[in-house]
Amino acid sequence: MTDTQDRKTKEIWVSGTEEPDWPGPDYVAHATDEGAQKMKLHETGDRLIEQLGIRIVDDVLYEEEEIDEDDRMIINMGPQHPSTHGVLRLQIELEGEIVRRIKPIIGYLHTGMEKTAETLTFMQGTTNVTRMDYLAPLHNELCFSLAVEQLLAIDIPPRAQAIRILMTEMNRIASHLVALATNGMDLGALSMMMYGFREREMILAFFEKTTGLRMNNNYIRVGGVAADLPDGWQGDIEEFLETMPPRLAQYDDLLMANPIWLRRTRDVGVITAEECLAYSITGPSLRATGLAHDLRKAAPYSGIEQYEFDIPVGQRGDSYDRYRVKVHEIEESLKIIKQVLETMPSGDYKTDDRKVTPPPRKRIDESMEALIHHFKIYTEGFKVPEGEAYVAIESPRGELGCYIVSDGGSKPLRMHTRAPSFANIQAIPIMLADSLIADTIAALASLDPVMGDVDR
Amino acid sequence: MPEEAPGAADVEAVEVAPEPRSLPDHPVLARLIEPFEDAEWVLSTGQHVVLLPKEQLGEFAQAAKAAGFEMAADVTAVDYLGKRRVRFEVVANLLSVEHGLRIRVRCPVPADDPNVPSLVPTYPGANFFEREIYDMFGITFEGHPDMTRILMPDDWEGHPLRKDFGVGDVPVQFKEANKVT
Repeated sequence: MTDTQDRKTKEIWVSGTEEPDWPGPDYVAHATDEGAQKMKLHETGDRLIEQLGIRIVDDVLYEEEEIDEDDRMIINMGPQHPSTHGVLRLQIELEGEIVRRIKPIIGYLHTGMEKTAETLTFMQGTTNVTRMDYLAPLHNELCFSLAVEQLLAIDIPPRAQAIRILMTEMNRIASHLVALATNGMDLGALSMMMYGFREREMILAFFEKTTGLRMNNNYIRVGGVAADLPDGWQGDIEEFLETMPPRLAQYDDLLMANPIWLRRTRDVGVITAEECLAYSITGPSLRATGLAHDLRKAAPYSGIEQYEFDIPVGQRGDSYDRYRVKVHEIEESLKIIKQVLETMPSGDYKTDDRKVTPPPRKRIDESMEALIHHFKIYTEGFKVPEGEAYVAIESPRGELGCYIVSDGGSKPLRMHTRAPSFANIQAIPIMLADSLIADTIAALASLDPVMGDVDR
Repeated sequence: MPEEAPGAADVEAVEVAPEPRSLPDHPVLARLIEPFEDAEWVLSTGQHVVLLPKEQLGEFAQAAKAAGFEMAADVTAVDYLGKRRVRFEVVANLLSVEHGLRIRVRCPVPADDPNVPSLVPTYPGANFFEREIYDMFGITFEGHPDMTRILMPDDWEGHPLRKDFGVGDVPVQFKEANKVT
């Protein structure tokens, strides 16, 4: 605690007040120093072999030449760079135009959400987690809710489960559309940016209609969802289902027949399945290597096993395959949404377990106990039995896990999110060693990291 | 997702065994855990959990990798300050794509010796996760190639996710406050 107090007096100085006594002129400069977050000194011996002895991607195009150590140059890409998808800083060791080593440096968007989660009740928790991966907020909420429900051991009504699947699959499409759009833009296909965001707009409009918000929805909550689907939702979904397939064909026309696009993505940023597994890389990047690992099939959640869909895989694990996998995943998500639309069960949209769900508004007018119950749930929160649970779902970027430890109170003792982007960032040094610097952007864009998810 | 709890038949099998130690019904898991005599297997809300002394974590990881657990899906830590005698706990989630299995290894770590064998030699993907644990809890990993802070600034004092680290609040000061007094 003394450290915290000390920092307060030293570092927090509100402008307009009297300037506090600084410890010395060096102190302020030191506070912004990047310090040890530098690339380590160059060591002999190969970086990858040193770490594990994993087979290195054989990039035959660029043979190592005898170049003096002094001819290498270290440059920083980011944290302010349009192609790093947020505040990612890449420290790159260059030999001419060839990247020899690369180190991702993160933390610029760190806001301590896992610490914040310990001060929020389980009911408020979804508001917090939805802000992590801001392109897939509903997946974050679903993962958190499933983990808490695992501890509570409550059943979710079929309609709530179907709504959850509908919303998360819509969200997957929206997220992949952004990935495709920015991927196109990073490689100069600027029209892709506009097309991607045009289609995403339809999804966000539906989200706004259903949840009240376009992003950070806080819609999926412990016990079910916040509200039932709006009247006429079927029409919106049908319209969307009709619009998307021809639009996907348009993307193919735009990019697949584009020689520049093909040259810039094929055999760029190659990663193998073994490397993906060893480096904890999941999601479309893993499936692009040919390994059909999808948690929706491997460990089904929220009743997704009742819908028919396939897992698209790539072959070579390059940027091109990652793009193709995402396009095909949109098609598969459309299939799931169509089935949800046809088989949407009727019933409650949240559990009737009174421990979690407050009494309905009507009961509050009639019953004093219901009013007290309502008040208790919203002020104190509901209590979750002591224990710990880890639940993982397939987010658009890979395995999104939530580890919750409860001490029996109404707030989690620990809430940890296994962020897919955080682990996937580890692919960058492997994908890009000994490749051209221009390929950095192509590979990074296809990896699709979201910095809100990385730093949390 | 949770694996199924052992059926009635398996409970019987455990009862007839001469040793009191219970082992999971899954053959891959049972074979993995059996050589580690200090390891204790439990089911936590239907999920396989192995409680392990921290010294054996590196060894266990190697055995797990050989048994088909290809990926360290997640490594994290928990601070049980005031709740348990041993303050910290390092939690590693290992995933086997081949067997469709998940196992959670929990190692208690005392506050006076916060040092754990690193998983990086076996699972290089644990690199960032272990750096995050070091950053947030101050637990160091022996054999980690780059044990530095990852999310917080390098000159940050303390480890934010420890329970005795405050949540942080900015004192609100008003321009006029000094003039009034």
